[in-house]
Formats: sequence, structure tokens, C-alpha cells
Amino acid sequence: MPRSGRRRPETFLPPAAAGPVALLVATRKGAFILKSDRARRAWKTAGPHFLGHTTHHAMLDPRDRRTLLVAARTGHLGPTIFRSGDLGRSWKEAARPPAFPKAPEGAKGRVVDHTFWLAPGHASEPRVWYAGTSPQGLFRSEDSGDTWTPVSGFNDHPMVPKWTGGEQDGTPDGPKLHSILIDPRDPAHMYIGMSSGGVFESRDQGRDWKPLNAGCLADFLPDPHPEYGHDPHCVRLHPLAPDVLYQQNHCGIYRMERAQGRWERIGLAMPKQVGDIGFPLVLHPRDPDTAWVFPMDGTQVWPRTSPGGKPAAYVTRNAGKTWKRLDAGLPKNQAWLTVKRQAMSADAHQPVGIYLGTTSGEVWASTHEGAKWTCIARHLPQIYAVEAAEL
Amino acid sequence: MKVLIPGPLRSYTGERREVQAAGSTVGEVLADLDRRYPGIRFRMIDEQDGIRRHIRIFVNGGQVRALDAPLRAADEVLIFQALSGG
Repeated sequence: MPRSGRRRPETFLPPAAAGPVALLVATRKGAFILKSDRARRAWKTAGPHFLGHTTHHAMLDPRDRRTLLVAARTGHLGPTIFRSGDLGRSWKEAARPPAFPKAPEGAKGRVVDHTFWLAPGHASEPRVWYAGTSPQGLFRSEDSGDTWTPVSGFNDHPMVPKWTGGEQDGTPDGPKLHSILIDPRDPAHMYIGMSSGGVFESRDQGRDWKPLNAGCLADFLPDPHPEYGHDPHCVRLHPLAPDVLYQQNHCGIYRMERAQGRWERIGLAMPKQVGDIGFPLVLHPRDPDTAWVFPMDGTQVWPRTSPGGKPAAYVTRNAGKTWKRLDAGLPKNQAWLTVKRQAMSADAHQPVGIYLGTTSGEVWASTHEGAKWTCIARHLPQIYAVEAAEL
Repeated sequence: MKVLIPGPLRSYTGERREVQAAGSTVGEVLADLDRRYPGIRFRMIDEQDGIRRHIRIFVNGGQVRALDAPLRAADEVLIFQALSGG
């Protein structure tokens, strides 16, 4: 019996993918698309798309495998969303990108600095997408990303200023709403993560929200166990076990059985000299007990580089009881990589392909679940996000 | 009136540097510009009607800082972008 508390659903596992994979690589200076052959051995890089734009996320809709959205801005122009229906051969700009409502005369209104996270909606709502922004805002599109409306139940919730701590409490690139997760059984059941703010849950499609942070540490606050104010870096929900949540947090790696409603720090089983601080966390598409992380140095002034200059992914195959180091093929030393929270991804093949992008512009791939890594692109701009998509 | 468009925004105007737009204030001209070239305004002006940080708007050579600045038909509007950073 796996730790997720239910029988492994071999009988209704989705079939493993067998076709080419596209990696949607969003960088500080534009977006790139790396396409593989069916064996995932040879990769071709296309792009840059939107050269000079800061692209925070690029996502292909898994429901139609056609609609591709890219969140973009330049250092000097306002934020927007670009849309493609042909995998980047042609693009159209969103007619109404995410934006907060105009404030009443005399009141201070919020301004979207950039869209940070793009999430396709529930399978039963094929044209619905959600977007998370910096500063923390939640937006919904019902026309495949052409027009976006604020999710007022979150954005105007009277607790938002307290939950988020205001706009000064966030990452060096600004506070962010990310990890928009939709329960595959119920489009009204959603989770979000906020840096900062914590993990929040809605059971009425975003009309109301409640903090979901019990058990999670916030050691940067006077009370290290607050109800909210945490810093989840990346939260994941497994599509086959949607009552199991994982998060890579500023303060460790956690797992939650939703019925228990309490985060358990599974990162305590990581090697002490490596620690359990990092940005990304990736789940196996068919095994809810398997997860990969890419630890970083979270000591002292937070270098956020590979601990000791020796980069490695770690995998657990038993829901966090034990972890295994995966560094074959990665540089052995003097490699001070940083992999951001959206820059690690899995495909749906068997064995699963794991991909990561570094802030130094390299894309690394493993077609054997992290057992061996190969660099498939280098000299790209600083990588913000890597999403694997089945073609 | 004549509106001069900076390079980073010419993807909206078919690469034209100089376009026409109408209005009696800077805000009206930008709204008309957006009708002619959808999406261009939001790249310059945020949702609270603030001129974005690196955008500068000049009327007949003088900088304006608010959208309610009045305009006459013969005025020339120059939109300028303060590029910086690495």
C-alpha cells in the first residue's frame, strides 16, 4: 500500500505518453521551444519568441494540445499575455490582459506588474484558464486567454492585505500568486500558493478562501507557526490522488493528506548537509508517492545556489520517507546553479522525463527519471520556467 | 494630431513611427490610439491610469505627467521610452 493511503490505481492509470515532447522555456529575455524526437534523444530549439520580453511562464493547454499562452512584459512596457494556436508559428495578444479594477477616485488601486503563473482550468471547462500575478492577484479567462477578469472573491477579500503582508513582503522580483491547482474531481475546489501569504483553499470556485498552512513553518516571522504569512515556493496536487498535496516551501519540503489538514515536513529525511530548501517540486504523473526536488543553499544570506556547488536533484519514491540523490551527468563541482520554482518539469513518458532550466541558461534533461542528466541547451538567457508538454 | 511612436511599440502600429490620433486630452488621444491599435495603451498606461515608470509623454517638446493634460489639434505628441538595465 503506498503512503498516500489508497491502493495504487494500476487499473485506471493513464497510459504513458510515447510521442515527441516540447519544452516551453520562459526566460528573462524571451521564450524558446525545445522539441524532441519520439525517443527524446534529439532536441531542436526554436525561438526566441518575444526577444527582449521578460517571459515568466509559457504553458500549453493539455486539454487541446494547441493553445499556448505566454506571460510577458518588457522591463519598460506593461504586462500582457500572448496566445498561439499553432505552437508558436503565429501569435495574438490578449485583448484584455490581467489587470486589477480601476480604484474609485481618491483611492489607491493595485497594478499588475507581471503575470507570473498560467494554469489551464478544469477538464470540464475547456476554455477556462487562471492566472496568478505579481503582486498577488488571481484572474480567470473563459475564452482561452483572450480576456481576463479578476477573481473578486480573492482579490477583494478583506483579509488579502493581512494574508499577503502587503506588497513589501515578497520575493526580490515582487510578491507572487502561483501554484493555481484545480481538483480534477471538482472545478470549484481550488488551491493557490502565495509568496508570501501561504497556501489557500477555495471550495466555491474562488468566491471564498481559507488558509491551509497548519504544520508548516514560517521561521522568518516572530511566530513561526502562524495561520498565514508563509512562503510556499511551489505547491503540487497529484491528479490521481487529489487529496495529497506537496510543497517545496521556504522552510522545507512538506506533504499533506488533505483529510488531516496538516503539513508534514518530509524534507527532514533529506541529508542534513544538503537540507530541504529549494524552489521547484515535481510529481510523477502516475505515482503520487514519487516526487523530485532540486535543493538549493538556504543558509545564512540565502545564496540560492546548489549546495556546495554540487548540483543534484533528489527523488522520493515513498512519499518522503527517504530521498535519493540524482546527480549523474551534472557537474561534479564549482557549479552554482539556481533552478527557479517553475523551472523543473516532468513529461508523461515511461520512464518519466525530468527537465530543469537554470538561471545560467542551461536546460538539462533526464529521460530516466533523473538517473542520468544531459545538457540539451545552453547559453540561453536566465531561465524562469520550463514546462514539458506532450505533442 | 500627429503621434510619434517609440520603437518598442511599433509592433502595434505596423512599424509606423508616426501615426494619427484624435482627442482633446492626452488620455483621449491614447484611448483613440488604442482603438486604432488594440493593446498599445496598456503597455504604456496601467489600470489605475498611471503612466508606466519608463514611459515619457511629451507634447510639443514639453513633458506631461497626467492623462488630463489638454491638447489642441495642431499639437504633436511624442511617446518616448526610457530604456535602461541589462
